[in-house]
Amino acid sequence: MALREQLKKMILEVLPGVDCVIGWGAGYDALHAAPLFMRAPEDVERFLSGPLGAFGAVQNPALFLPELAGKKIGLVVKGCDSRSVVQLAAENLIKREEVVIIGFPCEGVIDLHKLRNKLAAHFVVNEPGGVTAVNLAGDHLALTAGGQEYTFKRDEIMADKCPRCREPNAVISDCFAGIERRADNIADDYEDIAALERMSLEDRFRFWEQEMSRCVRCYACRNACPLCVCRDHCAGASRDPHWLTQADSTRDKFMFQLIHTLHLAGRCTGCGECQRACPLGIPVLLLKRSLGRAVEEMFDYRAGLDTEAKPPLLTFRVEERKIKEREW
Amino acid sequence: MPLLNKHDRRPEHREARIVGFLCNWCSYGGADTAGVGRYSQPSDLRIIRVPCSGRVNPLFILKALLNGADGVLVSGCHPRDCHYAEGNFYARRRLEAVKRFLPTLGIDPRRFEYSWVSAAEGGRWQKVVTEFTAQIHSLGPSPLMADAPEFDFLKECGI
Repeated sequence: MALREQLKKMILEVLPGVDCVIGWGAGYDALHAAPLFMRAPEDVERFLSGPLGAFGAVQNPALFLPELAGKKIGLVVKGCDSRSVVQLAAENLIKREEVVIIGFPCEGVIDLHKLRNKLAAHFVVNEPGGVTAVNLAGDHLALTAGGQEYTFKRDEIMADKCPRCREPNAVISDCFAGIERRADNIADDYEDIAALERMSLEDRFRFWEQEMSRCVRCYACRNACPLCVCRDHCAGASRDPHWLTQADSTRDKFMFQLIHTLHLAGRCTGCGECQRACPLGIPVLLLKRSLGRAVEEMFDYRAGLDTEAKPPLLTFRVEERKIKEREW
Repeated sequence: MPLLNKHDRRPEHREARIVGFLCNWCSYGGADTAGVGRYSQPSDLRIIRVPCSGRVNPLFILKALLNGADGVLVSGCHPRDCHYAEGNFYARRRLEAVKRFLPTLGIDPRRFEYSWVSAAEGGRWQKVVTEFTAQIHSLGPSPLMADAPEFDFLKECGI
């Protein structure tokens, strides 16, 4: 049975016991998926109805959980989404028993920024009616846009987080569709950060200056982040203390990213929603991954794997094992 | 290290802007002890007194560095000697994480240090401050993030 059919069957089984099931439905064109809230059995027909199937299921549905606290929610999750759910439960931001998790083995998702960049020479992808037909067959994606057909390999338009993903299967689930994908031999070498660190310090600083100067402060990165839970009390919007001015300055834009990054220290699961949501494609996930790497090195800890784990920055050891302090 | 004069314009004699976050109970007292003992110290450090090194939000450090501070020093009680029992244990984890994060931003991690100085250790305070100030002087002024040039609509339209 195809994955979609299996998932639909499970959703229909779960649906009577919950207020709604969150998954992915069709967006405004064939390339884009949108979160789908299924309340009645007839809604389930729209689940993953786009031509990309699970390859197009880019959004992280865990985003909606904290706001829906008190309701019983079914959630269809990829591996990375399930880590966000675990982290939210570990921080008591949601109750585990209020969520029914439906997992499946994820084969990676599309990165629309990459696709857009590849097509940019020809036309503007975002325009409604720009992309008219999409067909995913085997390892190739064929799409028709502006009356012309383009073909891409699946790997070249896959999100960067997918080839290095160590948890393609949901790390917790109440029911699981399909057969678990093996990922034992996959390691994350943090090559993206290593590449940045091969540049000189001065060049890195100018890199961020260049990238952040494009920021329009829409805060989509914050709004898409499943672990940004302060909502109306965001430090970036506070007047007292006045962390950020209202000026259009690169420094303030960068400072906002640093606030976001540090508030995710030891919490970020690397789902990449911030970077995906950025309309300008600024590589903001790099910052979070760098701090995540530091936390992993120091405390052998990765967020979102264990609901009982104590986040490392909320605890301490009298003798730290891996912190070597400077001798004055 | 020669005493610096802030009116001296020569780059090698320029006074650096260093922000120091000192815990009220130990390092601030240690700096006071050094003063009472008349130890000579470089005058580049601007001290901000905080109740505990655990009060130091890592964002203070990044905000200072991005806004023109050449260096930031955080100093508190020795581990196990915290006035509030465990504030500096939490601080140690956070401060170390920030120190390891700085290179990604393109900021030299040597611009930020943390140290533990008790209220009795005037001599140690002198050493910390002198060494750190010398380190910042060797690094020179910190980089500043410039704003993007203003968008010229007419020019973009070719008018």
